[in-house]
Amino acid sequence: MQLVCDQFQETGDPAFSKRVKEVSESGLERCYQCLTCTLSCPVAFAMDYPPHQIVRMVQLGLKEQVLRSSTIWICASCLSCVTRCPNEIDIPHLMDTLHQIALHEGVAAKEPAVAMFHEAFLAPIKKYGRQYEAMMTIGYMLRARQFSPKDLLNNALLGFKMITKRKLKLLPPHSIKGAKEIRGIFEKTEERGK
Amino acid sequence: MEKRIGVFVCHCGLNIAGTVDVEQVVEAVKDYPDVVYAGNYIYMCSDPGQELVRTTIREQNLNGVVMSNCSPLMHEKTFRRVATKAGLNPYLLEIANIREDVSWPHENEKELATKKAISIVKMAIEKLKRNVELTPMVVPLHKRALVVGGGIAGITAALEIASAGYEVIVVEKLPYVGGHAAQLAGTFPTLDRVPCLMAPMIAKMISHPKIKVYTNAEVDEVSGYVGNFIVKIKTSPSYIDEGKCNNCGLCLEKCPVTCPSEFDCGLAERKAIYITPPETMSQKVLIDPGNCLHLNGDECRACEEICPTKAIDFLQQGITVEKTVGAIIVATGYGLWDKKNIPEYESDPDVIDGLQFERILSPSGPTGGDIRRPSDGKVPKQIVFISCCGSRDPEHGFTYCSRVCCMYIAKQAVLYSRTVPGGQAYVFYMDIRSDSKGYEEFVKSAMEEERVLYLRGRVSKLFRDGDKIKVWGSDTLSGKSVEISADLVIMATAMTPREGAIALARKLNVTVDAIGFLTEAHPKLQPVETLTTGIYLAGTVQWPRDIPDSIASTGGAVSKVLSMFSRKELLHEPTIAWPDEEVCSGCGICASVCTYNAIEIDPIKRVAKVNEAVCESCGACIASCPSGAMRHKNWNARQFMDMIDIATGAYV
Ligand SMILES: Cc1cc2nc3c(=O)[nH]c(=O)nc-3n(C[C@H](O)[C@H](O)[C@H](O)COP(=O)(O)OP(=O)(O)OC[C@H]3O[C@@H](n4cnc5c(N)ncnc54)[C@H](O)[C@@H]3O)c2cc1C
Ligand code: SF4
Ligand code: SF4
Ligand code: SF4
Ligand code: SF4
Repeated sequence: MQLVCDQFQETGDPAFSKRVKEVSESGLERCYQCLTCTLSCPVAFAMDYPPHQIVRMVQLGLKEQVLRSSTIWICASCLSCVTRCPNEIDIPHLMDTLHQIALHEGVAAKEPAVAMFHEAFLAPIKKYGRQYEAMMTIGYMLRARQFSPKDLLNNALLGFKMITKRKLKLLPPHSIKGAKEIRGIFEKTEERGK
Repeated sequence: MEKRIGVFVCHCGLNIAGTVDVEQVVEAVKDYPDVVYAGNYIYMCSDPGQELVRTTIREQNLNGVVMSNCSPLMHEKTFRRVATKAGLNPYLLEIANIREDVSWPHENEKELATKKAISIVKMAIEKLKRNVELTPMVVPLHKRALVVGGGIAGITAALEIASAGYEVIVVEKLPYVGGHAAQLAGTFPTLDRVPCLMAPMIAKMISHPKIKVYTNAEVDEVSGYVGNFIVKIKTSPSYIDEGKCNNCGLCLEKCPVTCPSEFDCGLAERKAIYITPPETMSQKVLIDPGNCLHLNGDECRACEEICPTKAIDFLQQGITVEKTVGAIIVATGYGLWDKKNIPEYESDPDVIDGLQFERILSPSGPTGGDIRRPSDGKVPKQIVFISCCGSRDPEHGFTYCSRVCCMYIAKQAVLYSRTVPGGQAYVFYMDIRSDSKGYEEFVKSAMEEERVLYLRGRVSKLFRDGDKIKVWGSDTLSGKSVEISADLVIMATAMTPREGAIALARKLNVTVDAIGFLTEAHPKLQPVETLTTGIYLAGTVQWPRDIPDSIASTGGAVSKVLSMFSRKELLHEPTIAWPDEEVCSGCGICASVCTYNAIEIDPIKRVAKVNEAVCESCGACIASCPSGAMRHKNWNARQFMDMIDIATGAYV
């Protein structure tokens, strides 16, 4: 099937919709296009395609456009849409699935900062089995290349405040008991996702 | 004879008495000429009310009664029964409607209402003075039914009536029964295979001792009236001596003529001599006179020469039988809008209609259940359905929705997806109409489990591109134009009136709507009756329906027939038209306006003659008669004039 539109031409890829459907287990074929999800979404204003359209585009197999959309990165996983969708379509799970596929397929994220944040967030967990905020923050700053004097100053001030309030620890935390197992989960998941 | 009229004014609780001053009404008519009694009561229709009327008729020796209460539609029958019980001819009782005609519409004008009620009661009194005693006519009732059409609706009707113990005659135009349902591959939403549904029904009908089936037959003429229809049934010859034929099929091999098979919608061929399809549970050999060479003047006698039992009889004639039946059920079904109406689509062999796809999906169809496209026998990997072809499209076809296509598209897409692994079905639709038990769920399961892709939009263009058919359309849900390279395209063409429906309706004297479907007497209250008493509608002859709805409507028609047959005889209202032979000039204008064909001009006396059992008292003839010869019993011109005098007099 070929879908033709003014700006782009893309051939619908049924294998893509099938894969997304299986991984996300979201039941997205049930969608009525009633727009309840979009009306419920607190961040839809910032998305290039509102959530209901992402559902439709996945049904049509418009892989390129979906993976390149900002929507999949902007979704805050707040679950407002799932709560209200008459068909119980798990859109956040769908969005997560689309992140994964985008990362694995090396599709540049339309909202790179969000992708970097996800990576920076996960790195300490993989290492220690728990969050290490200092590592996450620095990891994010490095990824996002936030080296301007203004960024450095802002972050230093905020960091100082948090340290004094004991919200941020400078020293690495103790690894949790099952840290090795957690790492195993990461590795296995990465392996499977490939 | 001295007139002794009684007037009974009902309060109907406050329904009447809340607006009309009933005491004043009684007062106003109690001394009216010929009135000997006037009284009121809270509920005349209640037991004590009826008793009051009955005893007053007796005690006052009344020979005329005016009941002033609700509409005659409500209680005319009740009070006429009371009159009969009291020994008064029921046609000497009149209703003055002071509820629907007075108290309800004039709720806020009490004075006016009372005045109007008095005048309506006086009108009834004046009319009553010229009423004569009448007795309902007893019409004989033949407890035998005719079912026209042997589709699933007709078969159901025949079986139901026969199982109640009455004789049934079934007339089917084709050489086999079963109708469209027999052609289907399966049925939504349960996907029952058709032979499992139809075979037992057909077998039971054919062998039922109370049912006589005429196939290859048509209703030639209908006359008479309810309880007494005389029908002429004409059969076409099969040119085969059924007693001799042993179904060996040798003739079929020898016949040199091939023509498209109607049952397979032109997707397979048959010979000019052929066997009826197995789905219809009949294995009859017959010759199609339109295609047979011999019957069209040629030398060929190939079948006759090969037939080992000498069963071929080119001289065979059809027969005409005449039967009297009490009721008729019309179940001649529907037709399909010809896809030729859209020439752009029609020219391609791989653009087919829904019924053709049923045949391709059918295990006993032309491809033996393999899904192969007509042009080259390839298994289609991408198929496209187009819904609403002709339906909901006043520009090209019809305004209405055909009601079954959304569902059969889902069914066909499911059957296809299950048979062709890796095949993809697409459906272009405007909206999905799945409004019966289990239907919505079925469509959803087609989307979810069989991954049928629904595209909400119309198709703009189809064209051949080598091996493929390019389908251009839109998906309004994503706002994108779509192009699909399809192997096969299925058009859900509109369900239309059956060819010949109008001619049949004329023979039966029933009405058709603007499209050509047969019409019911009332869209809500009389959905299976026609305007001709004794003729009922079943199934898709009336409107597009699926099988469950067709069967349900058939049940309604059958119950009407059975309730009629449960009576000993039929009674017909005597308040009908009658010609004054002294005045009638025999011009025949009345006969030409009578919708019910109740009037004939007596060829010897040259005057109009009304068939009393057929006249429905509509009054058309009376209005049309230029010499005023046609009269209405108990509604004559003098009565009208007297009533008008009162009506206008009250307001001058
Ligand atoms: C493609 C397609 C798929 C469908 N699939 C389904 C489905 O899955 N499930 C479902 O519920 N419904 C389905 N339907 C609808 C179904 O076909 C009808 O509801 C059903 O067949 C109606 O039966 P009927 O007896 O009213 O009419 P018909 O089946 O049309 O039968 C009428 C009979 O009367 C005969 N006849 C016609 N004129 C005369 C005459 N003048 N004298 C004597 N006999 C005459 C005809 O030869 C025929 O045998 C489908 C329809 C289509 C078009
Ligand atoms: S709320 Fe659910 S059904 Fe409605 S458009 Fe969104 S995903 Fe589709
Ligand atoms: S989960 Fe995502 S798509 Fe759904 S409402 Fe929240 S932010 Fe919007
Ligand atoms: S049933 Fe569906 S396809 Fe058929 S006419 Fe109605 S809306 Fe169109
Ligand atoms: S009253 Fe009506 S039905 Fe009766 S004969 Fe006259 S036209 Fe026909």
